[in-house]
Amino acid sequence: MKHQQIDQYAASLPPDKRASVYGGTKSGYDARLRALNTSYTAPDNLRRLAGRIKQHAIENLDTYLPQVEARMLANGVKVHWALDGDEACGHVHRIMEERGAKKMVKAKTMVSEEIHLANYLEKRGMECLETDLGEFIIQIDHDHPSHIVKPIIHKNRREIAASFEREGLGAYNDDPEVITARARQFLRHKYLAADVGLSGANFVSAESGRIVLVTNEGNSRFSIAATKVHIALVGIEKIVPRDRDLGLLLNLLARSATGQQLTSYTEFISGPRTANQPDGPEEMHVIFVDNGRTRVLADDCRPILRCIRCSACLNVCPVYRQTSGHAYRAVYPGPVGAVLSPLLAGDKFPEMADLPKASTLCGACNEVCPVDIPIPDLLLRLRDRGKQVGSKAAAAATPPMGAFGTLAASPALWKVVMKTGGLSALYPTFLMPAAGKTWVRTRGMPKWRGGKFRAWMKDRRAKTKPLEK
Amino acid sequence: MGTSRETILKRTADALAPLKERAAYPDFNDSVAVMPALDRAGDLWAIFSERAKLVHGTPLSGSPAVLANWLREKNHARGYCDPALLPQFGEALAAAGCEVETAFDRARVDDYQFGITRAEAAIAETGTLVLTDGSTSSRLAALAPWTHVAVLKREQIFADVATAVASLPADPNVIWCTGPSRTADVEGILIEGVHGPGVQVAFLLE
Ligand code: SF4
Repeated sequence: MKHQQIDQYAASLPPDKRASVYGGTKSGYDARLRALNTSYTAPDNLRRLAGRIKQHAIENLDTYLPQVEARMLANGVKVHWALDGDEACGHVHRIMEERGAKKMVKAKTMVSEEIHLANYLEKRGMECLETDLGEFIIQIDHDHPSHIVKPIIHKNRREIAASFEREGLGAYNDDPEVITARARQFLRHKYLAADVGLSGANFVSAESGRIVLVTNEGNSRFSIAATKVHIALVGIEKIVPRDRDLGLLLNLLARSATGQQLTSYTEFISGPRTANQPDGPEEMHVIFVDNGRTRVLADDCRPILRCIRCSACLNVCPVYRQTSGHAYRAVYPGPVGAVLSPLLAGDKFPEMADLPKASTLCGACNEVCPVDIPIPDLLLRLRDRGKQVGSKAAAAATPPMGAFGTLAASPALWKVVMKTGGLSALYPTFLMPAAGKTWVRTRGMPKWRGGKFRAWMKDRRAKTKPLEK
Repeated sequence: MGTSRETILKRTADALAPLKERAAYPDFNDSVAVMPALDRAGDLWAIFSERAKLVHGTPLSGSPAVLANWLREKNHARGYCDPALLPQFGEALAAAGCEVETAFDRARVDDYQFGITRAEAAIAETGTLVLTDGSTSSRLAALAPWTHVAVLKREQIFADVATAVASLPADPNVIWCTGPSRTADVEGILIEGVHGPGVQVAFLLE
């Protein structure tokens, strides 16, 4: 039987990678649990509340988008809109070109991965340097991030040390302290030489037009302290109604992502630097990116747009832990990715329709989600859709259900099979097909219990005689 | 402001039009996410100090000489000082043998071992320092040197995150620093001082 693509990937994953991913997710999971439970007596109530705020926000985007735009314009921010990745990249490129800018330093943003910004700019002769340590390592290795918060969760220090040596960042040394110090030294001069700083946004307040950025390393702060132009790429679903919502959301985000009470740097940016400030951008641009989001908004899976990219669902997912993020073949891995990636794929949905099956439906992702997204429900809806559109990717490794379908559709046949099914216990295992043999090698055949329901139902009817008319 | 704006707004409106009911904005108290263990009426500097230490921040308090001697002990001899703080700190720093500049020269970024700037506020609940463009004389000086000292006054300390959010200053650049710059990207091992300061001092001037 042909296996699902994700299973094939997992089977080929070297043991040390699997161990790295497992260790990284486990520690993330533990840290989250500790942080939430030591801080709050009823963290679940907070998750539900945050979910309701975000659900309200996305269901009223038609009000909030024009509102936030007006606020930003009043704050002196230049606002741009991009229907898709190409248009978003085009905006960035044009802004840089108009200013004769050649060098960009970028903080970690998932949207920039989604639209392949670095690639776009490099092809046009511009430098686009990742500054988050993990993303920087991904960039020099021509690799892809495999986790939303910990992009190099799949790498160990020896691989990183070898990459640094190859790139001329000093002789081989795999001490994480040395690796970090070298990156610090190298990157600070890059910031200072750059023309443009690019960031994403974790939240955008419709009330004040503030964009909120969180980083632990301080790289987004440096990117917009050293450069003259700040560009923020913002998915349209990042909007929250009011500033006051941020207190709750920031508390939940940091705890869910890394087990901190607050991320080391939380920045509230509403425009270019003030007149008295010697450092930082003279202009700020915000690019609102659709790239499939309005399609998701029209879909009954729209609650996935609440996601605040904390990675808690990745860390807790038994499938993610065994397969790693690359197995999901898209920018967003794990349970959130299994929902979001097929939806964002648009016409290519059938090619990604196997992802919703990469789940045991255990429900853990829903339980940890800081905005309480019912991921298992959404996965089920997408599984159904995969079937409806006849996706080949989704059908792979699905046991043939034809025989079952015939039986289930015919009460008489069903009765016969249920009555005689007990005979299967007599079926000699050496005659079984290969898949059956694999099954019984470590397990016994279950005891046949078919055919009892009809008898029970009849009996029940007899006992509870319907009232005479 | 071309057609993409209109298209996105139209698509958004069309996507939401079929909804019979829109989720209402929930009713909640600003302090829902305040940690219940926090004693909001207590000594906020004491709470701040305790919480700052938990995130490996360095709370110090006293006269300018206390800070100057601490810097000297750390072998910090060269740094930056906000010109507005020089009248208070200049003498003590000079006495301790610390040389300071009041303009941050980005061409010599590696020459500064420390940067002293003013904090806008602090948050006791999380041990967080609040910086703004208005109160920070140089963004780079508060970020690039290994040690950043944010000078704070007692009355500037908010009890909790919710209060700090409710009182966000009208400044285009409000930064909350909770402990030093850090990463755990390499095998999940915590390393401090990635791009920003490896040592984050909150100095209560008394
Ligand atoms: S779906 Fe929920 S748990 Fe998963 S990354 Fe998004 S916010 Fe976090």
